[in-house]
Amino acid sequence: MAASEALSARLAAQPAGPGFDAGRQAAADRLAAMGLPGRRDEYWRWTDPTPFNAETATPAAPGEAEAPLFAEVDSLKVVFVDGVFDAEASDDLAMGGVEISRLAASEPAWATGLYGALEAAGQNPVKRPFAALNTAQASDGLLIRVTAQAEKAINLVYVHKSEVSDPVLHHLIKMEEGAELTILETGPAGARFNKAMEVDVAKGARFHHIRVQGAEQDRRAVTHIFARVAAEALFKSFTLTVNGQLTRNEAYIDMVGDDAVAHIAGAALGDGKDGKFHHDDTVFVTHGALRGESRQVFKKVLKNGALGTFQGKIWVKPGAQKTDGYQISQSLLLDEDSQFLAKPELEIYADDVKCSHGSTTGAIDDTALFYLRSRGVPEEEAKGLLVLSFLADAIDEIEDEALKEEIVARLEDWLARHRS
Amino acid sequence: MLEIKNLHVKLEDEDKVILKGMNLTVETGKVHAIMGPNGSGKSTMSYVLSGRDGYEVTDGSAKLGDTELLDLEPEERAAAGLFLAFQYPVEIPGVGNMTFLRTALNAQRKARGEEELSAGEFLKLVRAKAKTLKIDADMLKRPVNVGFSGGEKKRNEILQMAMLEPKMCILDETDSGLDVDAMRLVADGVNALRSPDRSFLVITHYQRLLDHIKPDVVHIMADGRILQTGGPELALEVEKNGYAEILAAHGLTEAK
Repeated sequence: MAASEALSARLAAQPAGPGFDAGRQAAADRLAAMGLPGRRDEYWRWTDPTPFNAETATPAAPGEAEAPLFAEVDSLKVVFVDGVFDAEASDDLAMGGVEISRLAASEPAWATGLYGALEAAGQNPVKRPFAALNTAQASDGLLIRVTAQAEKAINLVYVHKSEVSDPVLHHLIKMEEGAELTILETGPAGARFNKAMEVDVAKGARFHHIRVQGAEQDRRAVTHIFARVAAEALFKSFTLTVNGQLTRNEAYIDMVGDDAVAHIAGAALGDGKDGKFHHDDTVFVTHGALRGESRQVFKKVLKNGALGTFQGKIWVKPGAQKTDGYQISQSLLLDEDSQFLAKPELEIYADDVKCSHGSTTGAIDDTALFYLRSRGVPEEEAKGLLVLSFLADAIDEIEDEALKEEIVARLEDWLARHRS
Repeated sequence: MLEIKNLHVKLEDEDKVILKGMNLTVETGKVHAIMGPNGSGKSTMSYVLSGRDGYEVTDGSAKLGDTELLDLEPEERAAAGLFLAFQYPVEIPGVGNMTFLRTALNAQRKARGEEELSAGEFLKLVRAKAKTLKIDADMLKRPVNVGFSGGEKKRNEILQMAMLEPKMCILDETDSGLDVDAMRLVADGVNALRSPDRSFLVITHYQRLLDHIKPDVVHIMADGRILQTGGPELALEVEKNGYAEILAAHGLTEAK
């Protein structure tokens, strides 16, 4: 089958949602021009795109229902079941300081030109075909415009019930000057999940994102974050991934205003004993203005043949002086069967910047393990503490203490259930 | 309390024999000191007693009360009442000192079939102990030993000792890397923990620590065994004359 036919078949299998005709058409054109990815593409060498290229999702059994996360947080809950909005389980889409509506049910004027714009900007220099596909096909999602400090967090809950669900969700978030919002996301969403989130953070606005991808084993997900960060604005995102047959989390962060701050962090834990674990973080941070501060902190804990990859770049454009860019990717391999592949990149076209990157792979430190055991902590519990110690830098990127504690509790729970 | 008999130990991965028939008895409530030249096997002995990997016991036994230590995992030895204060306490970023102490204390209590302490009970206890040892509450909040000065690390070891209430404490060159004032603070901490039910084995290179922690018995160790045992005056003698005479009396020469 020719590439264009494959793409047509792929698109035909999953009809596009309503509205945003111009934005969808532009994305479809982008996608047609770039085609679906293959293993030969530079940024797909370590992750096989075949399951995402396939016309339909590989069936995946929904996992056991997980305890609700962020239940204690005062939030506006929005539930999607296999990608379909669940009005009954969701709160009213209304709160102070925020306009919220559904992609499938509205097209507010502010959103028309913005839909797909950040995704389009994020296609250069690296192609992200599944993001273009998402913009073209998305069946639903939220359109969120924040004009002040949001009354509470928006809590997106993705429930997976059908073995063959294949949701494509697209959220568009516009943070007006000085606005503040926290977005929480939990759950596996479907057998195969394609999600995009575009976030436009205007001057002085603050955006926080905490995500837990769900402990389901058989799910496959390709997700994208596109952020544009204006002057003095702040963007922070943290993702916890445990389990998952295949997860590709892409982020493209464009720092366009002076004194902008963007932090993106991830903690991933995989145990091949449960089944295949393949986790891929592909992150691109662009500095295009003065005195930008960016941090990428990605940690992976891998055992029993789990595989983690990291491709991260800091790209400093000409004139982006006084940039402070930092990137760290680390793996803790709990046995000799697991594998971590990393490609840290810096590309700098300004001469007065501070940029650093580091990548390490290691095992549990014997001396630290003995120290803990000599104090009476049993071996497996001691290893758990050392795993938490390893992940601490990533978890510390969560500013809210209560949310941080919840993530740590989540991690402890996973560790307790995955002792060797 | 602690009875080491004819202990022979070699490195697991090499043929190197380190302990060559060591015998030592520390009575309940007593403080014993071990001195000896570099390479005599002092630190190895402390690691072997506490169960560190990398050593192979080829003969002998080490009993704490009626318990054979050498058959146990490190955490079981701790629960049985053994405590090793490290020469170089380990930094554990991201794990709070409180979390660490509480995990350790409750793990030991659980292993002994005692009830675990609640968060409130633990907090009360640790605050009281820290106060007695003049340890800043701020140190409790920080990650384990991260950014601690040499003196703070050693005092943190003493705090752990105070919390875990071991029967037998081994101090492995606790004075190394400490200035005089820090050493005095650490020694004060140890002295505060001396009791008729608790024994100490103090490993040191220098007599000066023994000015602050006064031992009942002093042993001279070299070539993997105890060569000579005496009172506190033995330490003073070594301080004055070095090890040469004692070594020569046992047909040994000083390490190069």
